[in-house]
Amino acid sequence: MMEKVSFTIDGLEVIANKGDTILKAALEHGIYIPHLCYHPDLEPFGGCRLCMVEIQGKGLTISCKASVEAGIAVITESPEINKVRRIAAELLIANHERNCLECFKNPECELQKIAGYVGIKEERLSRLKRTNKKLPIDDSNPFFSRDLNKCILCGICIRTCDEIQGVGAIDFAFRGPDTRVSAMKDKPIIESECVSCGECVVRCPVGALIPKTTQRPAREVKSVCCYCGCGCGIKLGVRGDVIVSVQGDVGNPASKGRLCVKGRFGIAEFVHHPERLTSPLIRKNGKLKESAWDQALDLVADKLKHYSPQEVAVIASAKCTNEENYVMQKFGRVVLGTNNIDHCARLCHAPSVAGLVQSFGSGAMTNSINEAEDAACILAIGTNTSVSHPIIGLRIKRAVENGGRLIVANPMKIDICRFADIWLRLRPGTDVALLMGMMKVIVDENLLDSSFIEQRCQDFDVFKDSLSNFDLDFVEQITGVPSKDIAEAARIYATSKPATILFYTMGITQHSHGTDNVLATANLAMLTGNVGKPSSGVNPLRGQNNVQGACDMGSLPNVYPGYQAVSDPTIREKFESAWGCGLPSSPGLTLVEILEAAYQHKIKALYLIGENPVLSDPDSQHVREALSRLDFFVAQDIFLSETAKLAHVVLPAASFAEKDGTFTNTERRVQRVRKAIEPIGDSKPDWWIVCQIAERLGAKGFNYSHPFDIMEEIRSLTPSYGGMSYQRLEKGGIQWPCPTDDHPGTPILHTKIFSRGKGRFIPLEYIPSGEMPDENYPLILTTGRSLYHFHTGTMTRKVTGLNTIEPEGTVEICHDDASKLGIAQGDKVKVSSRRGEVITKAEVTEALPPGVVFMTFHFAESAANILTNPKLDPVSKIPELKVSAVKVEKL
Amino acid sequence: MRPKKIKQEISGERELFQHSKNPLIFVGTATCGRSAGALDTLEVFRQELENRNINAEIIETGCFGLCYAEPIVGIAKPGHPNVWYRNISPERARELIDCYLTKDDTLADYALGCTGGTVDGIPLLFDLPMLKPQVRRVLWNCGFISPTNIDHYIGSGGYEALRKVVSEMEPDGVIDEVSRSGLRGRGGAGFPAGRKWEGCRRAPGNEKYVICNADEGDPGAFQDRSVLEGDPHSVLEGMIIAGYAVGARKGYIYVRAEYPLAVNYLEIAINQAREKGFIGENILGTKFSFDLEIFQGAGAFVCGESTALTLSIEGNRGMPKSLPRPRTTEEGLWGKPTVLNNVKTFANIRWIINKGADWFAEVGTEKSKGTAIFSLTGKIANCGLIEVPMGITLREIIFDIGGGISGGKAFKAVQTGGPSGGCLPASLLDIPVDFDSLATVGAIMGSGGMVVMDDGTCMVDVARYFLDFTEKESCGQCSLCRLGSSQMLEILRAITAGKGKPEDIDLLSELGEAIKIGSICGLGQTAPNPVLTTIRYFRDEYEAHIHKRECPARVCRELISYHILPDKCKACMICLRNCPVGAIKGGKEEVHVIDQDKCSRCGVCMSLCPERFSAVECIPGRLSEGDSK
Repeated sequence: MMEKVSFTIDGLEVIANKGDTILKAALEHGIYIPHLCYHPDLEPFGGCRLCMVEIQGKGLTISCKASVEAGIAVITESPEINKVRRIAAELLIANHERNCLECFKNPECELQKIAGYVGIKEERLSRLKRTNKKLPIDDSNPFFSRDLNKCILCGICIRTCDEIQGVGAIDFAFRGPDTRVSAMKDKPIIESECVSCGECVVRCPVGALIPKTTQRPAREVKSVCCYCGCGCGIKLGVRGDVIVSVQGDVGNPASKGRLCVKGRFGIAEFVHHPERLTSPLIRKNGKLKESAWDQALDLVADKLKHYSPQEVAVIASAKCTNEENYVMQKFGRVVLGTNNIDHCARLCHAPSVAGLVQSFGSGAMTNSINEAEDAACILAIGTNTSVSHPIIGLRIKRAVENGGRLIVANPMKIDICRFADIWLRLRPGTDVALLMGMMKVIVDENLLDSSFIEQRCQDFDVFKDSLSNFDLDFVEQITGVPSKDIAEAARIYATSKPATILFYTMGITQHSHGTDNVLATANLAMLTGNVGKPSSGVNPLRGQNNVQGACDMGSLPNVYPGYQAVSDPTIREKFESAWGCGLPSSPGLTLVEILEAAYQHKIKALYLIGENPVLSDPDSQHVREALSRLDFFVAQDIFLSETAKLAHVVLPAASFAEKDGTFTNTERRVQRVRKAIEPIGDSKPDWWIVCQIAERLGAKGFNYSHPFDIMEEIRSLTPSYGGMSYQRLEKGGIQWPCPTDDHPGTPILHTKIFSRGKGRFIPLEYIPSGEMPDENYPLILTTGRSLYHFHTGTMTRKVTGLNTIEPEGTVEICHDDASKLGIAQGDKVKVSSRRGEVITKAEVTEALPPGVVFMTFHFAESAANILTNPKLDPVSKIPELKVSAVKVEKL
Repeated sequence: MRPKKIKQEISGERELFQHSKNPLIFVGTATCGRSAGALDTLEVFRQELENRNINAEIIETGCFGLCYAEPIVGIAKPGHPNVWYRNISPERARELIDCYLTKDDTLADYALGCTGGTVDGIPLLFDLPMLKPQVRRVLWNCGFISPTNIDHYIGSGGYEALRKVVSEMEPDGVIDEVSRSGLRGRGGAGFPAGRKWEGCRRAPGNEKYVICNADEGDPGAFQDRSVLEGDPHSVLEGMIIAGYAVGARKGYIYVRAEYPLAVNYLEIAINQAREKGFIGENILGTKFSFDLEIFQGAGAFVCGESTALTLSIEGNRGMPKSLPRPRTTEEGLWGKPTVLNNVKTFANIRWIINKGADWFAEVGTEKSKGTAIFSLTGKIANCGLIEVPMGITLREIIFDIGGGISGGKAFKAVQTGGPSGGCLPASLLDIPVDFDSLATVGAIMGSGGMVVMDDGTCMVDVARYFLDFTEKESCGQCSLCRLGSSQMLEILRAITAGKGKPEDIDLLSELGEAIKIGSICGLGQTAPNPVLTTIRYFRDEYEAHIHKRECPARVCRELISYHILPDKCKACMICLRNCPVGAIKGGKEEVHVIDQDKCSRCGVCMSLCPERFSAVECIPGRLSEGDSK
């Protein structure tokens, strides 16, 4: 309960929260005090001087900085105040462009508002010198332009870049009349650290920062971003049948209105791209030809009915909605009779699901994104958070601002390292050793949470014994991290109160021992009692916009929706009864196994939706070969991806902006996706297409008229989604488990008991990666992501601006290794592994340690996965995308 | 209130030198001395002493503050009073060696004065009109000891105050003494030092800092520089005592990078003090530890403002923080309680401790205790640095001590307090100089700069000159200072270029008022002062510029004319031949006439016209062809 303060403004009684500023209190009570440099998201600045007020008996003060005090009498208008306010306003306006009608900011410009409030007279303005500065407009960024001639030096852009983004690409430069906002060395902004997030652009009060690819919409539709698992709330701005703008939704609890460059600037262009698939395609004489829907759908149904359940597979889509994934797995199981259903979660968080289910009973992120800000300590291991999950990266930086400690464990020097108290630079693939080493320190120094272990967990002793293999000398030898740093990190993790929060992504999972890595993180969290309370827990950050949902909906070979096991007879019976048919009882093949089976010609037909395994799966040549061996291959997508190009039939799907449904973000929040425009061309929503094929195959239970109906069915069969009605979701997202209509949703898991009852400690041993460097292939290739492109680039590489900023793939290599190989920055090089070779460009950087090179997997023409190793984790079947042996040669 | 005249024991001779067996040669080699050529003089002494095998010790010292007399040399022969000499060039240096050092001719013609006894024909040094009225406390050692030899400082009683403080006094007792003394900050704001220290002491937390503001950005001010170059230990001692009093373990001296000699002397001083145990862990064997570090500025005037200064030390852009904000004594450097004081404030501390608050308060006025140091520059006969009791009048400073206007011209105005100060006319010469009295007439004491002007100074041009400085130095944050100073400067430039408009004076006043009230920091709040005070006291000059297009002081080029008096011109052709634009018509027997349209008003003709003719005059206003005056 906030303490209240009562005071008056111009005689009116105002009751504000203690600690508020006078300006904030005034604005919240509907009293306008002119201001330019104030922004509710930022610390007060006090630069424009317009918000000056008088406190009776104390004199003039700046209201955006002055705190409210009980009993004071604030006056907002007086001759003394106006003396200052009027001159300040006139000086700003005299030095500003006055052709408002031509300015993009019209009519939302704060300076216009000030001019209107203060009242501008030409005869007074004409006494003042008009500026004659003509600074060149900085057009270097593809998404926004900077017109410094209109800049009023309020500093909002600078403070946004610093306080909100933690990037600090711009600052005030020079002095006196030459003062201006500038990037380092006054260079064009594209050459600076700017990440093109556009947060400055949306906050600029005047027309100095203008988005280039945006227009004012006629209407806005609230939806969820289609890129990553952060699930940022967006507002799609539509004019006619075109998306003309994307804004952040400040009401969204996860993102609070923030967006990254992809969400803010990378959506409209791909949705309306000319290469969008607009009609079904059927391969005739080796070429894909346009056809009518009926023709294509009939052909697919006709072909699919010839295959037995063992010969057929469905690859569902982590980008499609929950409703669509539900329908896809139902199709596979009911219509095709197979459990060979999987999707790209196999390549990313399958170990999280498999591992955390063993430790906690539930495979999902235990806490919520917001809670990161209040953590006393954050351990970010195997996650380049500010690049792959930018909005969560912001929270981490904010936590450090708030005094939290940050431990980063990553072989590469990533952006968040500079905020870290300790950076543990471990060798790729040595996470179990590092984490077990930390746990040994915690146990040896008695920093563990004994009562938590006692009351909430089981199997501690066996686990504790396994720690004896991880003394620090051994761990240092394996990981390459100095013992004292490991010990220090362990102490900080264990002793930070009230809680430490752990984040991880692919650096933990994409290994042949990925499940073990996940178990290690769970062990660590339980050891220190860091589960089940705010700002704690084990938090895998899901990659795709709906990979969490696709897993929740059972697009997995071994579970139905809600992670209910297909092999459990009681559960199977429930679904058989609901769906009105018999269901296969043994778990099906996983993604890489499906492709391997296709290669072996055991899988003969494949229905693939919204995935691009040619670029995303390991050993691309093998994948291509596998797909080419299929008798019948149907691909359903919004673009003709590298994978779809190999299909026999291609079905055009509608993008997320063209249909209704829900996505579930990484913190288990189910949010509504809303149709903003009609499907492009003749494309159709994925759920409709699947249902059409189902009906043509004679199946019952696929005649939904709207995703609403699908969700009602989901709710009835999936306990964790029980309360997720569209009516409730209209008001905002809900975090599962939400079993009933009146359940509020669950921000934090395992608060009283773990999902499985007691948390389970699991003993571990260090297992080296599958393919270590040798004299033929002396370097380790590790893979990852970039801020500007998303996964296989199917969407981002259609956006001109993103391609301008990052036009091509590279291989990143450190100075030492590069010079030993005679490679200079920008040289053309060949990277080869036992699986294949790639020609690409060298990027010489200090971010890599010696012996390790790095490539993203976004670029078809320099496809990292041609090189990667398909060795699988035995439990989760994820391939070892993070470690393979390569050699690099200059061309 | 007139200050009491206090007779203070000032000795030029230090005990430590009195028993020297060899002659001592003092050479003033601080910045003033060096610019007058003192290093060449020094070199002569070194060479000659070596060549002639003379056993004498050369001691390089700081400045007395008698800038007009540099290079200054003092010679102390055993058993004789010290004799101090003025304007000693290398040649005169040789003469001194030949005549006085090795023989007995005192060369009284070159002498300034003597200390420690009388010498025939040479006045007492401290009877000099520029020195006699001074009460030299902060400047006590300057010019008399080597700034790079800590034994000199210790030998004249240095670090006794520190010893007393750490062994006999409690921190609260120290603060109490400083408060009772009435010492107010010498950086310009005049905030009571004791209250500031008290505030820092009471602030919660045990990480605290002491900062010395040695940024001295006012153009033409050099008080702080002289103290740092003449007696750096006095500042260090004050800072260490401050650290003890408030509970700080670390201090910074923020020196402007444009003072390399001061930086160098401070580095030496800090190292020597550390060796002797006055700085570092367990000072003088007590539990008190305090370390000092020098931080150099990066060339911004605004970084003399306290919040900008601390931001600068933190590695940020020096942009002052707007009020309301936490006090620096509660949240200063890195958010910790910090005492920030000026060089001269710290230099006063050891006197307060050694001699007591009452002694300190004997000098000065009721509300402004102690002495103040002023730099006298401009059109004054005796330019230099002086230390006088607070409450002394402007008249006494300028005429008694400063020797009046050089060249015998008439006094017009004095600018006090640097570019933030105001210009005061003759009618206000009897105002006492202290923190409060000057404010009543729109000026400030500031850090003690005084620029004296005669009737050859144009007050509008002076306002323009100072505003030009502050406009460039504005940090750019607030609209009023950044844009307002530019506006005012534009108007002043227009006025001095003959393009002033009738409404300009009112506009300047209106802008000036708004900028004063509304700016974030002292730079903006005081930038209009030169303009507003010159309008207040010299409005007629503005009006002449605007309405009559004349510059009465004959400075503003567009508003003056050169005219050859026909009855005085002897047609000598000197001016004609030397006119850079060929604007003079005439011949050998023909009276010369200046073509006003061609004339660029450079003044060369007037400077070349032989004095016995004095045929060229400069008059306010523009003549046109055919005019005669």
